[in-house]
Amino acid sequence: MARLVVLGGGVAGHTTATFAAKWLGSEHEVVVVTPNAKWNWIPSNIWVGVGQMKKEEVTFDLAPVYAKAGITYYQAKAVSLNPEGSESSDKPFVTIEYTSADKAGQSETIEYDYIVNATGPKLNFDATPGLGDGNGQMGNNTVSVCTADHAVHASHKLAEAIEKMKGGTRQKFLIGTGHGMCTCQGAAFEYLFNIEHELKKAGVRDMADMKWISNESFLGDFGMGGLHMKVGGYVVSSKLFAESLFVERGVDWLIGAHTAKVENGKVEYELLDGSKGEEEFDFAMLIPPFAGVGLKAYDKTGEDITNTVFNPAGFMKVDGNYTPKPYAEWKASDWPRTYQNPIYSNMFAAGIAFAPPHIISKPMSSPNGTPINPTPPRTGMPSGIIGKAVAHSVCDLITKGDNAHLHEASMAEMGAACVASAGKGVFDGTAAAMTVYPVVPDFEKYPGTGRDTDYTFGEIGLAGHWIKHILHFLFIYKAKLNPGWTLIPE
Amino acid sequence: MSEKKIVEEELNFQRDFKSALTMVPGKFAKSMRTCVIWQFIRFLAINIKMIIVVGKSH
Ligand SMILES: Cc1cc2nc3c(=O)[nH]c(=O)nc-3n(C[C@H](O)[C@H](O)[C@H](O)COP(=O)(O)OP(=O)(O)OC[C@H]3O[C@@H](n4cnc5c(N)ncnc54)[C@H](O)[C@@H]3O)c2cc1C
Repeated sequence: MARLVVLGGGVAGHTTATFAAKWLGSEHEVVVVTPNAKWNWIPSNIWVGVGQMKKEEVTFDLAPVYAKAGITYYQAKAVSLNPEGSESSDKPFVTIEYTSADKAGQSETIEYDYIVNATGPKLNFDATPGLGDGNGQMGNNTVSVCTADHAVHASHKLAEAIEKMKGGTRQKFLIGTGHGMCTCQGAAFEYLFNIEHELKKAGVRDMADMKWISNESFLGDFGMGGLHMKVGGYVVSSKLFAESLFVERGVDWLIGAHTAKVENGKVEYELLDGSKGEEEFDFAMLIPPFAGVGLKAYDKTGEDITNTVFNPAGFMKVDGNYTPKPYAEWKASDWPRTYQNPIYSNMFAAGIAFAPPHIISKPMSSPNGTPINPTPPRTGMPSGIIGKAVAHSVCDLITKGDNAHLHEASMAEMGAACVASAGKGVFDGTAAAMTVYPVVPDFEKYPGTGRDTDYTFGEIGLAGHWIKHILHFLFIYKAKLNPGWTLIPE
Repeated sequence: MSEKKIVEEELNFQRDFKSALTMVPGKFAKSMRTCVIWQFIRFLAINIKMIIVVGKSH
């Protein structure tokens, strides 16, 4: 009997664990270690953040689902990996610390044959003074929609702001990125336009000044270096569409901005041209930069090998080409295909937890040397597809032996379907429905835009909103392993 | 003196220089975004496109 341990029960980890459990059956053991008792459909946190959904609608209890799937579940966080075992045993193990109320703080080790790191991001609020509380959590100056609880808090703050506007007090909304090295601009973009939609519905839009602040060097970069689409016989940049939406909805923007400091009602920023400035706000949602969750790794003798297994940001090294090189030399083939760690072949990483070889957008920095560019997004669809490919590989290694063929899922060969909500409502809602193919541009294969413009498109409308809403129910249905769940694609 | 011709959608162009350099949807394009019949057709079209992209990615 082999044991697969999956660290993290989010989009990637849940996909890996549930497929592996299905494919391996009861002959082998699948273990999930994840700190939360509930699964969260993170994309719908946006709607929780504007009071249009409740936390209960975007979360569900993990324990009964894992019991149904025959998965052993530890409500705990992984702390360290010992991929070579210890001096007394060759068996690799992971050290966990319980987070469940009954055992909180207690440690344990779990031996494994295969391990998948799908621990997602650490929300690194403290990277920007005033964005965090100094203890790794979100501070008091801004709100966030990165977790369901954050989104509930954000919705209360938004309701307060709406009340103030109804009472005749203007409010300034500042939405975007809280650091020069953030990713996930899409989520902030969605939150911005959902707020705008809600303010209109509440009849207070004219009392609100709205501004976008972002580390993108142009609007519509989204951490993917932007994208080009065929529209009306032209091939056009996402810049034009993003700017169009901002102008249409009366939202101002500040781009190429590194948020350097946050205070009560004010941010200080540095721009790509090196200039510095301040922006005041009454309500701000600034996405924190992401880092790895801080797992440590030790060799057989107890020597710290964290820097060998993880990159400096804490993401796990896999089969990507990590040789530093200039932008002009970046290649689609730099991106990992199997997500297997190059040193420990029984160790994989999936979703946000894997170390990307480099960013996707053009690297930029201010004359003061401050890097101001989006880091690469690894959104839901790629995370799910990678999670499934890794599950496939591990299952084959277990059932067919060490020489089994590894399954591949390069982000330079996969597309992503993204639906960015711009306001919720069955008949008045809208969303930008987009597909990009491939996620990482391949300028060798598609000279010009780096992508296949037959499969890279976007449009805004009610249809997108319907799709977003259907996906909400579909993915929660799938994650609960309801009948037919395997038929729903990632 | 000639009468003013105010086109609601175009007013935001005047906000600042950068806003004047993009495109904005007119009344027709905007109404099509929430026209249920047209959006149903787009719903089918977008779904087909997304299924193709999902298929190519697995
Ligand atoms: C507000 C918001 C909106 C978004 N909207 C969209 C969208 O519309 N479409 C889209 O495609 N993507 C969207 N995304 C991105 C999407 O949520 C991520 O791409 C996806 O969740 C990444 O999956 P993951 O499994 O890598 O990480 P996560 O889903 O974050 O999962 C990581 C898991 O690991 C757990 N974990 C953390 N530390 C440890 C530890 N030490 N040990 C064990 N487990 C640990 C976490 O608790 C979590 O359960 C959005 C993101 C945000 C924040």
